Amino acid sequence: MTHTHVELRPGAYADSVTLLQVSRTVQQQPGVVAAQVAMATALNVDVLTEMGFDVPAEATTNDLVVALRLEDADGLGAALAGVEQAFAAATRRPSGAGELAPHRTTAAALRGASDTIALISVPGPSAMVEAMDAVHAGHDVMIFSDNVPVAHELALKQAAAERGVLVMGPDCGTAVVDGVGLGFANVVTPGPVGIVAASGTGCQQVLALLDHAGVGVASALGVGGRDLSAEIGGLATREALRRLDAHPDVELIVLISKPPAPEVAAAIEEHTAGLDTPVELALLGPDRPDLTAATEQVLRRLGWGVPDWPSVTPTSDLSLGYTPVDGALRGLFVGGTLASEARLIASETLGAVGSELADLATGHAVVDFGDDALTSGRAHPMIDPTLRLEQLTRVADDPTTGVILLDVVLGHGAEPDPAASLAPAIDGIGPLVVVTVVGTTHDPQDRRRTVAALSKAGAAVYLSNAEAARAALRFTGVGG
Amino acid sequence: MSTHRVVSAGADLLADAVEAQAVDVTRVDWRPPMPGTVDDLATVAADPRRRAANERALQAMLDVTAYLVDVAPASEVLGLAPGQFLHAGPPITWERASGPMRGALMGAAALEGLVASPEDAVALFEHGDGVSLEPCHHRAAVGPMAGVVTPSMWLWVLEDPVTGRRTHCSLNEGLGKVLRYGAYSPDVLTRLRWLGEVLGPLLRTAVRGGDPIDVTGILTQMLQMGDEAHNRNRAGTLMLLRDLAPAMVSSGASSGDVAEAIRFIGGNDHFFLNLAMPACKLALDAARGIDGSTMVVAMARNGTDFGIQTAGTGDEWFTGPSQPVDGLYFGDYGPDDANPDIGDSAITETAGIGGFAMATAPAIVRFVGGSVPDALATTRRMHEITLGENPRWAVPVLEFQGTPTGIDVSLVCRTGILPQINTGMAGRLAGVGQVGAGLVTPPAEIFPQALHRLAELARSEV
Repeated sequence: MTHTHVELRPGAYADSVTLLQVSRTVQQQPGVVAAQVAMATALNVDVLTEMGFDVPAEATTNDLVVALRLEDADGLGAALAGVEQAFAAATRRPSGAGELAPHRTTAAALRGASDTIALISVPGPSAMVEAMDAVHAGHDVMIFSDNVPVAHELALKQAAAERGVLVMGPDCGTAVVDGVGLGFANVVTPGPVGIVAASGTGCQQVLALLDHAGVGVASALGVGGRDLSAEIGGLATREALRRLDAHPDVELIVLISKPPAPEVAAAIEEHTAGLDTPVELALLGPDRPDLTAATEQVLRRLGWGVPDWPSVTPTSDLSLGYTPVDGALRGLFVGGTLASEARLIASETLGAVGSELADLATGHAVVDFGDDALTSGRAHPMIDPTLRLEQLTRVADDPTTGVILLDVVLGHGAEPDPAASLAPAIDGIGPLVVVTVVGTTHDPQDRRRTVAALSKAGAAVYLSNAEAARAALRFTGVGG
Repeated sequence: MSTHRVVSAGADLLADAVEAQAVDVTRVDWRPPMPGTVDDLATVAADPRRRAANERALQAMLDVTAYLVDVAPASEVLGLAPGQFLHAGPPITWERASGPMRGALMGAAALEGLVASPEDAVALFEHGDGVSLEPCHHRAAVGPMAGVVTPSMWLWVLEDPVTGRRTHCSLNEGLGKVLRYGAYSPDVLTRLRWLGEVLGPLLRTAVRGGDPIDVTGILTQMLQMGDEAHNRNRAGTLMLLRDLAPAMVSSGASSGDVAEAIRFIGGNDHFFLNLAMPACKLALDAARGIDGSTMVVAMARNGTDFGIQTAGTGDEWFTGPSQPVDGLYFGDYGPDDANPDIGDSAITETAGIGGFAMATAPAIVRFVGGSVPDALATTRRMHEITLGENPRWAVPVLEFQGTPTGIDVSLVCRTGILPQINTGMAGRLAGVGQVGAGLVTPPAEIFPQALHRLAELARSEV
């Protein structure tokens, strides 16, 4: 008879990645059937409830929940001791009495600093306070945090504009600054392209394609997904463009974004016209070129040839003599822009394509697991694939699913071996599987091995997300 | 733009990924702020006035040099009238006052001749007719422990020559059973009369007879001689005596009086405290009334409440319960014998010395039950909640780093680090005297209170 233990620790805190590590360690202990250690956000409470744990109603997002299911009640003491040990191992501590305690704020850490970028990934409501420390001290800052209120973003970027400081974000997952990758970034060689990106995985897709074509990137500056909204007015985009324009190695700037608010678009066009460096606008939207097409345009403008983008398909060419399947197209993505691009391409042919989690059960859908709603109090799916893998199993077992579309994003920050959990999950399932692997050959995950594992499990694998989406469409009963 | 270093606040994973690229990463040990402060912190962080206001406030206080210019009775320099009582800490009523405070008020009432004996004063204060209580801070003064000031008490007068602003503090009575600890025996009153009739006038003649004494300069030297100016004032006392002695001798007072005065001062290692305190207040008062500034300008205790004031919130006090002091007890006194934290002496910590300069006074640490590494760690920790450093007040063992100066309410709320105060413990019962010494902090909740008010004011600016 299993024993369940749910404990609330009010006021205790650890970041979502630490909690992920602790949960994993405890799960593997003998006698533990299931374990989850997480902050009690609405999302996590749902997950815990689904796992069969009863979370007290008074739990708030500031409370830590330790939920254990044990083989029997006698194992509780050992399991709880294991939780404490896992915390101790996962938490960074200053070593020894002589060591200096680490700084507690970004302000303190930046005192006397020069040539320094602040990288902020604290919970969204607190991110602006840390980032403002950097802005006021004259340092560029990248805000990885999401769930940052737009009023905070505006205050930051206004203060930054007064000082010539660059605010990358909020919700900026990717940047490459003079060869150093910040956040989820691919390993690239320096070169003549400068990227300004309102999105992380859109940037990563372009980085990966350019790298395959042999073109280097000097810097890729993220500006966050809302920068080109009417409210923010492109404040960070302006500064990023200015920086890349001044960069001696940059011959062409690419601006990757969804289409900006009309009033902002006009201002940005006027701004880019005033720069010395030519700017290619890659604005993802209906009736506009996709990211791959935009990258091809960049190559042409630079005078480089456009290569065939690599793919590995189970048969030699799936578009020849292949009987389309009946069933819905269901995409489970970790990259927001990759999901948007796939959804856009799919809707051109299929009509309505849903984007909510619930839509995966009802019709065509492409879901972004990195969306704010699905990452509240959780690590991003590029770090913690659990939620997507759970949904993948459900969608795979659903007889109405015709083809499954996935993205795997490699590079710094992403999990070290994504194929290890994904390949077994797709091996032998009913629906067809099409996967985009966004990465370069220098990325830490070994792209070649990742592609091989996914292909061996039966997936069709592409470097270009747009090609993958179109391939998936060809396999449905509707596409052509 | 080249990246030589990264400062990372948040997930270790992102810092790890940067470090793996051979880039130097400093990790911030970020923790959630004090409960309920997230929104107010954002409001204050976004206030466009804040940065410049804090720079102005810090600079204003650092620019002040305090000079000892006079010694005079409170009736003369503060216009204090019979029946008026000043006290340490935020406003307090007789009903809420603790043992030492009541004892001091009773002794002072007798000193002023309002009652025949101190015990009669209880009825006087209970009825409240013809008596009023007011914080020293409201009258440009500070007082250690109970800090009671009445018209006939002689006060040090300190002045900022640039603005002419002044602050005041009583003459330190010495150790043991004294008025500031709530004692009111005939010996106490006798000594107080001697202070008013002999020592005060003698010091006045001496002070007026020479150039103004640079008290800030004495503090600068003290801090490099093992003093921290709150619990340790020995070097400061001796340097003051050195400066005053010649003028005392040629003051015209009898050699007996001069000898007794010198013996009295020389025998009281805390004598200089009553100059350190008003010097700190003089500096901090220069920062008052700077809209948008989140800097603390006063920390003070009345034995029941602990209160703070900030540069951007005018005369408002933010108060909570005074905390028990944690440390070592004299003789066989114990925790039950100690009064909660009391006195205006936390003005020294507010100015960046006292507990904030603990690293410079390692000897004091054992007295309060700590170790030398604790002392260094404390001063370093105070740098996390302050706006800057004092270039004049340097700590030798920390490679002459300036003392942590300008407590920032928002930094306290963000980090949960409370200002560290180094203080004596008063006996809970009036007249017992000092029962120990140790460490204490303000009650945590007053900082979110102050932050909330600052946020309200910031919002009304928009």
